[in-house]
Amino acid sequence: MAALTIAAGTGNWFSALALGVTLLKCLLIPTYYSTDFEVHRNWLAITHSLPISQWYYEATSEWTLDYPPFFAWFEYILSHVAKYFDQEMLNVHNLNYSSSRTLLFQRFSVIFTDILFVYAVHECCKCIGGKKVGKELTEKPKFILSVLLLWNFGLLIVDHIHFQYNGFLFGLMLLSIARLFQKRHMEGAFLFAVLLHFKHIYLYVAPAYGVYLLRSYCFTANKSDGSIRWNSFSFVRVISLGLVVFLVSALSLGPFLALNQLPQVFSRLFPFKRGLCHAYWAPNFWALYNALDKVLSVIGLKLKFLDPNKIPKASMTSGLVQQFQHTVLPSVTPLATLICTLIAILPSIFCLWFKPQGPRGFLRCLILCALSSFMFGWHVHEKAILLAILPMSLLSVGKAGDASVFLILTTTGHYSLFPLLFTAPELPIKILLMLLFTIYSISSLKTLFRKEKPLFNWMETFYLLGLGPLEVCCEFVFPLTSWKLKYPFIPLLLTSVYCAVGITYAWFKLYVSVLIDPPVVKTKKQ
Amino acid sequence: MEKWYLMTIVVLIGLTVRWTVSLNSYSGAGKPPMFGDYEAQRHWQEITFNLPVKQWYFNSSDNNLQYWGLDYPPLTAYHSLLCAYVAKFINADWIALHTSRGYESQAHKLFMRSTVLIADLLIYIPAVVLYCCCLKEISTKKKIANVLCILLYPGLILIDYGHFQYNSVSLGFALWGVLGVSCDWDLLGSLAFCLAINYKQMELYHSLPFFCFLLGKCFKKGLKGKGFVLLVKLACTVVASFILCWLPFFTEREQTLQVLRRLFPVDRGLFEDKVANIWCSFNVLLKIKDILPRHIQLIMSFCFTFLSLLPACIKLTLQPSSKGFKFTLVSCALSFFLFSFQVHEKSILLVSLPVCLVLSDIPFMSTWFLLVSTFSMLPLLLKDELLMPSVVTTMAFFIACVTFFSIFEKTSEEELQLKSFSISVRKYLPCFTFLSRIIQYLFLISVITMVLLTLMTVTLDPPQKLPDLFSVLVCFVSCLNFLFFLVYFNIIIMWDSQNGRNQKKIS
Repeated sequence: MAALTIAAGTGNWFSALALGVTLLKCLLIPTYYSTDFEVHRNWLAITHSLPISQWYYEATSEWTLDYPPFFAWFEYILSHVAKYFDQEMLNVHNLNYSSSRTLLFQRFSVIFTDILFVYAVHECCKCIGGKKVGKELTEKPKFILSVLLLWNFGLLIVDHIHFQYNGFLFGLMLLSIARLFQKRHMEGAFLFAVLLHFKHIYLYVAPAYGVYLLRSYCFTANKSDGSIRWNSFSFVRVISLGLVVFLVSALSLGPFLALNQLPQVFSRLFPFKRGLCHAYWAPNFWALYNALDKVLSVIGLKLKFLDPNKIPKASMTSGLVQQFQHTVLPSVTPLATLICTLIAILPSIFCLWFKPQGPRGFLRCLILCALSSFMFGWHVHEKAILLAILPMSLLSVGKAGDASVFLILTTTGHYSLFPLLFTAPELPIKILLMLLFTIYSISSLKTLFRKEKPLFNWMETFYLLGLGPLEVCCEFVFPLTSWKLKYPFIPLLLTSVYCAVGITYAWFKLYVSVLIDPPVVKTKKQ
Repeated sequence: MEKWYLMTIVVLIGLTVRWTVSLNSYSGAGKPPMFGDYEAQRHWQEITFNLPVKQWYFNSSDNNLQYWGLDYPPLTAYHSLLCAYVAKFINADWIALHTSRGYESQAHKLFMRSTVLIADLLIYIPAVVLYCCCLKEISTKKKIANVLCILLYPGLILIDYGHFQYNSVSLGFALWGVLGVSCDWDLLGSLAFCLAINYKQMELYHSLPFFCFLLGKCFKKGLKGKGFVLLVKLACTVVASFILCWLPFFTEREQTLQVLRRLFPVDRGLFEDKVANIWCSFNVLLKIKDILPRHIQLIMSFCFTFLSLLPACIKLTLQPSSKGFKFTLVSCALSFFLFSFQVHEKSILLVSLPVCLVLSDIPFMSTWFLLVSTFSMLPLLLKDELLMPSVVTTMAFFIACVTFFSIFEKTSEEELQLKSFSISVRKYLPCFTFLSRIIQYLFLISVITMVLLTLMTVTLDPPQKLPDLFSVLVCFVSCLNFLFFLVYFNIIIMWDSQNGRNQKKIS
């Protein structure tokens, strides 16, 4: 009996939370899945049936392998389990194959690899300060944090409905953050290097890692006012860090270097042929820019400033084309977005260098890097917002100001994921899960910080409440109106612009708080 | 309530689980010519919408009673009619007379599923929330946990959202009835319960405890004074609500009789399919269904049912208490399920509902019972291809119960409510101290058998000579468990009142 008690984890709230969400994921197995399902099936087939030299050349399917080598190896390993489920899914020419066993295997592979994520959350909870020990379990920061991470709405719908493998990748990232918090810098650097070779989107936050490790690990001491002490530079640490990164990269890219395929690999990893924005504009700065351009062109036409014949057709008929041509404002080039991104990231990096505040400062910088590149990046996916939301959860339970930014960011960011699921059976699921997460995060953080000033001012409250009517308009009222056929893109456009306002606001607020925050912690570290 | 947000979260979790289960297959999906309960409900919409009330229960060229004829009371028919109006607004093909037979499409499935969700949201879920809020002597947190566990009960979710039925309506009305009667709003309570009976005749399983409890209340107030007034009021309420529901069928004698014949199909035999009651399990040893004539079977099953529920009902009439009422509901419904005539495997839900209500009183035994009840429907669920959601929701329910009630730590005699029973046994048998340990071992054995049988049913092919081997085994094992529970609940009821008297003596 006792053994059963322990096995069932009596009173262990963390395992109950983790098991609960795992079971929910299992219930989501029969839901809609996107083309990403076929993408990953195809990669299973490629890695299973072709030699390494073919992996980055194979192009039978339009979904070619465009993730770094470690991910390919990951698929390779999975494929050796997959063959016991259904051999047919491992055939490269079996396009759009989705038997029920294939579905089961792919869904379970995501659920299973999420174990890493659960472990990472467990580690993060350990290193997040338990200063405020409330009387009740539900009011403890650790409990709230683990719910916010484990039951994250975005991760649930992107991974377990839409279908992707973000869970274990974010697990790696959170784990490496946790290791940095625990002062196990080498491990943290190693994990991040591995992560980069799984999915290169994490390059966005690499500056934060680089600067933090250089400043707070390679320099072993600070002056009494917190500024850098140049003679404390440790060559051993730099070299060991470099060695770790180099070895990981060698392991990943080495085989392709040997095959002389590196240019091909890189051309697959960084395709610049796509447009500025995805079909559905991710809610960032460029969404606002595009919307402004549209408004100006409409006004221009009305007031006869513009000649209707000179306007590119695509921009007027639909907002759904990939190549968006601006009519009034100057068009944006990849280089311009790169420069904007760099400019946006720089202040936070400076902050990290000149005002080091330990791992918390690093975490803020990491979030700012992620958010800034989301704001100004080229061809950003709406899913990339998770890169900012998940680390931000760690901050949110620490300070009321951060909690406020977090809530605005997550609520709008999660809402902006709604267009990912557009099928009718999934509509109740996304609304229910969104309500579940939003109500929980707002109420629990409000309870946690009830002694401080309110988390939202009237404007923010009004904005967040506006999401409700927006959803009703876009998904319930609009399909019944006559505009549905004429302007099918309006709901997406409204969603994108509305969310872009919120995310820009959150980004701005967080930036201001980081820049004006007085460096308090530095006296501790001498 | 300061914890309103946790309550909202809990309800949202319940709804999410319900909707995700509803994405799975339903009974009779793509299986012509008869399909299943899903088609039955759709067919009733078709019938009620297209035919005049007078023809609903009669066989005719437009209404073939052999093909899912209406055999539920009028309230179900009205509900179908209401749904049919909505269906007509969306797509008239769904309910077209004759041509819509066996209609199946993704959109239609979505529509049917949402009607279940809406009915559940309007009737059952509010009743559960309110019931748990009215519970006394437990903390707010425990109340919320209780709501979560009740809402996660897998049996009801799987039958309503997987197999496809509207049990949450009748059970929800019954729950409103329990709520009303135990909060002393007797008239509202009896009205709600009448609605429950008029939605589904199986609610009669619960009727005796309601009757006895209310009668006991009247006795307690004195039959010559206030009690008599209450009795008259109650009688009027019941009669009025019945007349209201049956109004269109009271115009002619033949109408009423035909509805009653449809509701109680005596000629359908002692039991159908495989059901975990005494008769079906006993049938393995001796084919009573074929040996005995029909009327003997009827009398026999009546006698057994009556005898098994008599003690509890008498006790309740003499000593009405809301706690005793809940336990009597359990034992009566269980007696009906085990011994009465023409029982379906889904009727176990009628026992599960009152067991859910005593979840906070005896968490260990209730959880165990609810697990067994879900297991007893395994053959049905497998037929509907609901293995995955069944396993997942059962595990979720189990984990929720373990986490919130720490059931394994609540196995002492005190917490099993067997203290007074074992004290009285110990008067004759002083060495009787192992009761709680025996129950723990029984639980372990029961769970292991259930897991093993589930695994065997899913993975192994039954031998050719005995194609029903596993489903019969499932029924047999569940039946043994249920018999044990019947004894247990009767012991609690019988000894509980004594305990109360003892306490009064002490105080």
